Amino acid sequence: MTTSSMGDFQTAQTLETFGFIPKLTADEVNAQIAYIIANGWTPAIEHEHPSQSSNHYWTMWKLPFFGEDNINNVLAELDNCRRSYPDHHVRLIGYDNYSQSQGSCFVVYEARS
Amino acid sequence: MSSKGYQAGVKEYREKYWTPDYVPLDTDLLACFKCTGQPGVPREEVAAAVAAESSTGTWSTVWSELLTDMEFYKGRAYRIEDVPGDSESFYAFIAYPIDLFEEGSVVNVLTSLVGNVFGFKALKHLRLEDIRFPIAYIKTCGGPPAGIQVERDRLSKYGRPMLGATIKPKLGLSAKNYGRAVYECLRGGLDMTKDDENVNSQPFMRWRDRFEFVGEAIQKAEQETGEKKGHYLNVTASTPEEMYKRAEFAKEVGSPILMHDFLTGGFTANTGLANWCRENGMLLHIHRAMHAVIDRHPKHGIHFRVLAKCLRLSGGDHLHTGTVVGKLEGDRNSTLGFVDQLRESFVPEDRSRGVFFDQDWGSLPGVFAVASGGIHIWHMPALVTIFGDDSMLQFGGGTQGHPWGNAAGAAANRVALEASVKARNEGRQIEKEARDILTEAAKHSPELAIAMETWKEIKFEFETVDKLDVA
Repeated sequence: MTTSSMGDFQTAQTLETFGFIPKLTADEVNAQIAYIIANGWTPAIEHEHPSQSSNHYWTMWKLPFFGEDNINNVLAELDNCRRSYPDHHVRLIGYDNYSQSQGSCFVVYEARS
Repeated sequence: MSSKGYQAGVKEYREKYWTPDYVPLDTDLLACFKCTGQPGVPREEVAAAVAAESSTGTWSTVWSELLTDMEFYKGRAYRIEDVPGDSESFYAFIAYPIDLFEEGSVVNVLTSLVGNVFGFKALKHLRLEDIRFPIAYIKTCGGPPAGIQVERDRLSKYGRPMLGATIKPKLGLSAKNYGRAVYECLRGGLDMTKDDENVNSQPFMRWRDRFEFVGEAIQKAEQETGEKKGHYLNVTASTPEEMYKRAEFAKEVGSPILMHDFLTGGFTANTGLANWCRENGMLLHIHRAMHAVIDRHPKHGIHFRVLAKCLRLSGGDHLHTGTVVGKLEGDRNSTLGFVDQLRESFVPEDRSRGVFFDQDWGSLPGVFAVASGGIHIWHMPALVTIFGDDSMLQFGGGTQGHPWGNAAGAAANRVALEASVKARNEGRQIEKEARDILTEAAKHSPELAIAMETWKEIKFEFETVDKLDVA
């Protein structure tokens, strides 16, 4: 490969899982919520200012949605959270109480700068 | 017992050690050996000899046996089975009383079970296929320093396998150039990088210099990406004292994880290091150099599932398991069989996966399965399917061989991984649809497009040498 045809990779703030693929569309987020619910996990939402985003703890949006099986309700809460904290990142979590871990966790909306 | 007098001489092993009516206790340690006896020796005698020589027996009766209750301490051969498709060998199942073994010591278990008996003349070959550790014994072992769940929480890695790479060339780089290679991989999207197992502290790169430059590489990559990063600093050394000295310094430079070679370093060193890691909040990556010497021959040695179980007891947070699809040996079902032993809290007997016993792991933390060796971008959907989320996928050449270099190679792998996970979660058959999924993802990633072009023809299609025994 010649020097001129070689690309330059620019480092980016990628915020962990799904940080390297294009932001998910509404339909695609919908499918991930369906995956969380189908696994029996509990959907939850967290948000944080970008300056604090490398902390383990982000701020919870309400409580995790225990027993929620309606995808649209979760989508609506993601939008409510984003409207309330437009300058924060917003992430969706699937709490797995069997493994005491998160089966899923990714940033749905990045902070508006 | 006491009614019998002492009679010197040689008795057949099966008189004492072949007990087909024995019902194993929940506290017994059970073992399955694949035995190939010398011609003319009856199966029962071979099985009994293995039970005797791996427990209390010796070739000649000794008077001092009468001072103890040998019925309480002896190992017992309690079952014999045919090996499917093999008339020469058979499986012998042996039960050992738990009091034959020191608590918390896989060293002691292995010294008995795979000790002198493997050189026994009446045997042509002998292979330890599986061990059922009783839960009572497991509760005496420390196990992984952190385990899967704690590692995910410390590193904030959820919902996907982690990505890594072994830094290449594996020998000969200076410490500063080596740290550069680490930094480039980490900024490009890998979660962790790895010292090659051969890298200890050679003249071209002493360990202290390597640790300092790698520490800086990790911190810079974390600041720039906002993600948690690490590098397995190999602390395998010539003495335990030296190993602990290096471990202390790895902690000091800020790496979250260390590395050890558990077979060349030995189980004593490994268990000690695992305890140190638990006390110091460090993760422990385990490499397995020398394993194929022990586990590859289908009729002699120790199956890797036994070594994997012993490692989970001795302690480690990651263990190499082979890739199934890459350049190194590994049958798919057999690999899945021991991957389960690393990660699950209960694994049922399943002969189709080479699992001979139910195994209850109780509360022992799980170990990440590490797939490494000759894998590249095209393997990603298969790897995600085979190994699932609780795995570490390591692309050495498949990252650093990218035409634009390590960072672009890392990004290509990360894009392919995330596209595969996303598609899997959407319910797609990602092994079958691999080409579509990767092609689609490459539209947004020139790094991936070039990687797909670079490695499109590379396959490793050889027959597995050590196949499962199935009819």
